[in-house]
Amino acid sequence: MSRKIFALLSLFVVLSILLTACAQQAECPECTPCPECPEEAAAPAAEEGQSRLEIVKERGKVVCGSRTDLLGFGYLDENGRNVGFDIDLCRAVAAAIFNDPEAVEFVPLTAAERGPALQTNEVDILSRNCTWTSSRDAQWGNFTVIMFYDGQGMMVRKDSGATKLEDLDGATVCVTTGTTTELNLADNFRSRGLDFTPVTFEDTASVYNAYEEGRCDAATSDKSQLAAVRAGFANPDDHVILDVTMSKEPLTPAVPQGDDQWFDIVKTVMYVLINAEELGVTSQNVDEMMNSDSPEIRRMLGVEGDFGQSDLGLSKDFAANVIRAVGNYGEIYDRYMGPNGDAFTLDRGINKLWKDGGLIYAPPLR
Amino acid sequence: MSQEHIQVITSSNIPLWRDERIIKGIVQVISAIAVIGFVAFAIGNVINAAHERGLSLGYDFINQSAGFPLAESVIPYDESKSFGYAFLVGVLNTLRAALVGIVAATLLGTLAALARLSTNWLVNKIASVYIETVRNIPLLVQLFIWYFAVFQGLPDVQESIRWPGPIFLSKRGIYMPAPVPTGTFGAWMGFVIVGLVLAIVLRIVLGRYQLQTGRTTYPVATAFAVFFGLPLLGWFIVGQSPLTVDLPVMGKFNFTGGLRLTIEYAALLTGLVIYTGAFIAEVVRAGILAVNRGQFEAARALGLSNMQVLRLVVFPQAMRVIIPPLISQYLNLTKNSSLAVAVGYPDLFYVGRTIINQAGRAVPVFSMVMGVYLFTSLTTSVLMNFYNRRVQLVER
Repeated sequence: MSRKIFALLSLFVVLSILLTACAQQAECPECTPCPECPEEAAAPAAEEGQSRLEIVKERGKVVCGSRTDLLGFGYLDENGRNVGFDIDLCRAVAAAIFNDPEAVEFVPLTAAERGPALQTNEVDILSRNCTWTSSRDAQWGNFTVIMFYDGQGMMVRKDSGATKLEDLDGATVCVTTGTTTELNLADNFRSRGLDFTPVTFEDTASVYNAYEEGRCDAATSDKSQLAAVRAGFANPDDHVILDVTMSKEPLTPAVPQGDDQWFDIVKTVMYVLINAEELGVTSQNVDEMMNSDSPEIRRMLGVEGDFGQSDLGLSKDFAANVIRAVGNYGEIYDRYMGPNGDAFTLDRGINKLWKDGGLIYAPPLR
Repeated sequence: MSQEHIQVITSSNIPLWRDERIIKGIVQVISAIAVIGFVAFAIGNVINAAHERGLSLGYDFINQSAGFPLAESVIPYDESKSFGYAFLVGVLNTLRAALVGIVAATLLGTLAALARLSTNWLVNKIASVYIETVRNIPLLVQLFIWYFAVFQGLPDVQESIRWPGPIFLSKRGIYMPAPVPTGTFGAWMGFVIVGLVLAIVLRIVLGRYQLQTGRTTYPVATAFAVFFGLPLLGWFIVGQSPLTVDLPVMGKFNFTGGLRLTIEYAALLTGLVIYTGAFIAEVVRAGILAVNRGQFEAARALGLSNMQVLRLVVFPQAMRVIIPPLISQYLNLTKNSSLAVAVGYPDLFYVGRTIINQAGRAVPVFSMVMGVYLFTSLTTSVLMNFYNRRVQLVER
């Protein structure tokens, strides 16, 4: 018996030594500091010969890392269809490639699963209200265009009387693990010298379930998420979202590292959505707009000229297909979070177009 | 050289391809190559895949600051500590659940086994229902029930249930008084240790004397008396009380001070103990039933009481049957503790997954997690096998 155990142990030791030894070898030799060097990693994927666009076209659909549990951003409608702000961004990419917003396979991911899913190329796009940070950019994949400027907020029960973070000294706070939120929570409370007890879950539903049940005094996440969750509570009016912003949370769709063409395609589709709103092209008027006098609009819709579509491997009229399928940025926003939105109403705030004093801005299409 | 060797073998008129020794040798070599080849392929595959996707396999992140908070820890932890330290917190949390769980599940299991063997109809049926129900519902489902239905169903912290004494039970956990050592604690600890050592020595010496002479010396009772008596004496001798009590006091949001058991820990522990206890009950029952009926009757005939029959005759013999399956139940409990992730208890696996996400290193962290589970399981196995060898019948 003990011999067997010894054999097993030694096997494990050998395995781990091999693993670490090889790991050190495998770590990109050129760039010595090494924790992240995307160029090195990019090379092999390209060598395989097939670009991601070719893979996607062969497959016939875009694989989109998403979620099904967050009202407004990624959820299921009464027919079980994936809908939401983040979902429509994936549908826009599918419309650009296949002229079919349904040519998407949605893979539901938890917050903790999304990074590895992107790192291992399991998804073509990660559109799951994911915050762009420098370390994620280095480790996970490439972040495309900030589509929603969010900030971390704090939700508390109204009867607690809390109005600012300082009122929450000693509180128990529910939070999702594996998020930037979890890190910001610690930073914010530590820098203010406040004490707190975290209660963390991997599963977002468990977090808010525990908060609603009274396990926690407060729950923290992106403000948009808190608004979405509050709308789904039995008594939304019993809860308030504090008027504090604990962090910057630029929510951004991301793509795997190593394929510049794919990275550009997704970025361009996002730019089309934003520019379409700026130019007043909507899913309703896109066909009339084909006859517009504006060269910018004509160029975008593929009536004249080329703003790089063919270089990216997309059809000339892809932008028209995208807008016809999902609408422009403003339409997508309003569909879920506008005054008559399907999910809840959230003022556009800094997510207005730059012309209207917001931060949403895209490079020109030409 | 080898050619000559083969010559010798074939000279005995057995054709090469039918010589058992040669066939066995070849099979050994082939299977060795296959195993090594497979392992090498698997490792190579991991490394290639990781390299291709830009996944780092290094362990350099261990010393970086973790940045994430953890709900509970046996050692002082805050977000500025390193990933490695956070991992250690996870390991200790797993051990805290596994060790307490093993002890409690063994006690519960033994009681349930005795109850199921009882001739009292009600006790017997209660034990049967418990064992059969619990064994046939998946542990994850039970954990969800314990956590979301039972423990989250406790009253809010403002309306805590007050148990006798300053113990409070609510959704936030169980708050109880915590002992706080004072200046004379060290001196008093001396009494406790001396008491413990003396108790063990007395138990052995008196026990042996009783065996040799047949005179009743009450070894267990004496040992207990010394073990409790000496510290009690010390308490008064050291003058100032060596321990004071830190009472939980209701603050604005939570109780502060005192000792806290979170409901996450409580749910995990309850789930593990109740589930594993049912399996252990069947193991113990099988062990007791394996002891020959004649042994009971002989022990009765000698005039031993019911308790003595169990303690002196039945259990020592049942142990031989009980220990091997009991080992695997202990291992199951330790491994099942990784389901803590479902109820938000920061065990090893949970912390590991958080590190993977915050540091972006899946392969190194998973190899660490695997290593720790393997190590704890093998250690448990070695210890229990050692004990097993001691209780086996020595054939003369």
